[in-house]
Amino acid sequence: MTKSTIVVGLDGSEAGARALAFAQSQAKQIGDCSITVCFVIEWSPFTFQTKEENEQRHKRREQELQRAHDVVLDPAVAEAKAAGVEVEGIVRHGDVADILEAVAKKRGAVQIVVGRVGERGLKRLFGGVTGRLVAGSSVPVTIIP
Amino acid sequence: MNKLLTFAMAAFASLLPSLAAAQEAAGIDQRINQIFADYTGWYVSFIFAPLPGTNFSWIALWLVVGAVVFTVYFGAIQLKGFWHSIQLVKGDYSDPDDAGEVSHFQALATALSGTVGLGNIAGVAVAVSIGGPGATFWMVIAGLFGMATKFTECTLGVKYRNEFPDGHVSGGPMYYIVKGFSERGLPLGGFMAVLFSIFTILGALGGGNMFQANQAHAQLAGVLGDYPGWITGVVLAGVTFAVIAGGLKSIARVTEKIVPFMGIFYVLVSILILIINWDMIGWAFGQIFMGAFTGLGVVGGFTGALIQGFRRAAFSNEAGIGSAAIAHSAVRTKEPVTEGYVALLEPFIDTVVICTMTALVIVISGVLNQDPETGLYIWNAEAGRIATEGDVSGVALTSAAYARAFSWFPVLLMVAVVLFAFSTMISWSYYGLKAWTYLFGEGAAKELTFKVIFCLFIVIGAAASLGPVIDFSDAMLFSMAIVNIIALYFLMPIVKRELNSYVARLRSGEIVKHK
Repeated sequence: MTKSTIVVGLDGSEAGARALAFAQSQAKQIGDCSITVCFVIEWSPFTFQTKEENEQRHKRREQELQRAHDVVLDPAVAEAKAAGVEVEGIVRHGDVADILEAVAKKRGAVQIVVGRVGERGLKRLFGGVTGRLVAGSSVPVTIIP
Repeated sequence: MNKLLTFAMAAFASLLPSLAAAQEAAGIDQRINQIFADYTGWYVSFIFAPLPGTNFSWIALWLVVGAVVFTVYFGAIQLKGFWHSIQLVKGDYSDPDDAGEVSHFQALATALSGTVGLGNIAGVAVAVSIGGPGATFWMVIAGLFGMATKFTECTLGVKYRNEFPDGHVSGGPMYYIVKGFSERGLPLGGFMAVLFSIFTILGALGGGNMFQANQAHAQLAGVLGDYPGWITGVVLAGVTFAVIAGGLKSIARVTEKIVPFMGIFYVLVSILILIINWDMIGWAFGQIFMGAFTGLGVVGGFTGALIQGFRRAAFSNEAGIGSAAIAHSAVRTKEPVTEGYVALLEPFIDTVVICTMTALVIVISGVLNQDPETGLYIWNAEAGRIATEGDVSGVALTSAAYARAFSWFPVLLMVAVVLFAFSTMISWSYYGLKAWTYLFGEGAAKELTFKVIFCLFIVIGAAASLGPVIDFSDAMLFSMAIVNIIALYFLMPIVKRELNSYVARLRSGEIVKHK
């Protein structure tokens, strides 16, 4: 049997933590299963920037990656490891839905687990992150309330 | 350099008392004009001197010859590489692992926001009113060739930029001149870099600042009614200072976001006017082609149209001036050539598309007075241009042309002009600052000094109608091009090597598409 992978999308919220916990229990039930914990920094290549922003961009990017590791990802990875699950942590810049889907595809994941983001108003109207993820995903998506 | 600055500061100091008593401004204008004309007139005449026996200024030829040389040397890269450029901007070749760095699109948009502006609105009106509709043809030709120049300078800008330990980057002609020349074992690199930096600082204070402030005020006063220019100047200077020195980044960001939409809206309105007058488009193109080779009554005929077209194209898209190389060098790419590809789209968007739109609308609107019998344009010898509706030129002429179709347009244009002027000033404060820190080193106090000087010049520019000062700043921009293009000739083999290697790897499949 080939090893299974579950991709977990984290956003540093409570719901994200519950998603991780759910994924851990799933992984244990499946048996030979690892978890890929993924934190996405919202970013688009098609925004308008000032020259100073461009000049400082590389530095900022490093800082953002560092912060994502320090605050969200590394604690999550440590927690999963402590629970005895094989885990890998990645940080990416981009659109959350696109990135989670791409990561899941690349790793041949069996499912994506995300926490529900409480979105209101216009964002809910236009689908929000979880909505777009569900609409475009090639693997089952579990949304943890 | 220091002398000039001291002199400029002195000139400004002498202006201050009268700013309070604004009405004296006319006398002050004259004094500044006189001082400037006395000290700098010889240099301005030298830069804009005609070739012996013609009325064709050598500097326009210099830019065009450069553009043609680069076009030939790189095998018409602007044609062969056009689609690849668009693919790069779309992000087709962007490595997902590099996500979060400055994208090609962002670099292009940032560089464009510095060039799309008054050149496309006021500059085109000036070109068409002096050189006739035919000037448009030559402007487009210059724009098409200029694409190769941009390709060359921006590739070098990225290749030889400085990366500082804290991760920020500085680049531009001064850096590639020094590093490129020493790499090729050529002398005088340091000298040329310093020369380029001095010209850049003066160009930033002039064309990138005073001219912008001046035109912004002209447009405001034209729509809102006349009022003293120093008011516009102080407000603009205050906002600019808050942005570039006070860290009020939000204003800069808002501007950077509004300006592209203003540009797009301007193009859409132009297209709409052209659609409404679709039956005249053929005629307008006819005027442009005929004017290009006969002048259709403008003084100087064929060459009159040619000179104006070339000159305004250079001003509008800044190809060869070196400023874009500073803007593009912030991109962190493994392949400097990709940035060259992206940059070659700038003259196309700026000159070939936007300038042509403006020119077509002006021609179609009929604000240029034409003799109905001969079809020739009526020359106003006193003003040195074609007689126009309401006897105006520059922004006012564009405004009048668009107002024929939409009466509300002047108000919108006023907002657009002020915003474009503002964003161009912010851009040039950055270019000037990069040249300044190249000369004096990076450091908060040194940078603040430049920013203060920059903002003082905004007030001067808005307060006065400074013909000789504007001429001088034009001369500075073109001086940048003299140094820069000489350097490009010496460094183009390096670009060629980069390009050949890149194209080879693209063909072999080593460089892969990610989308």
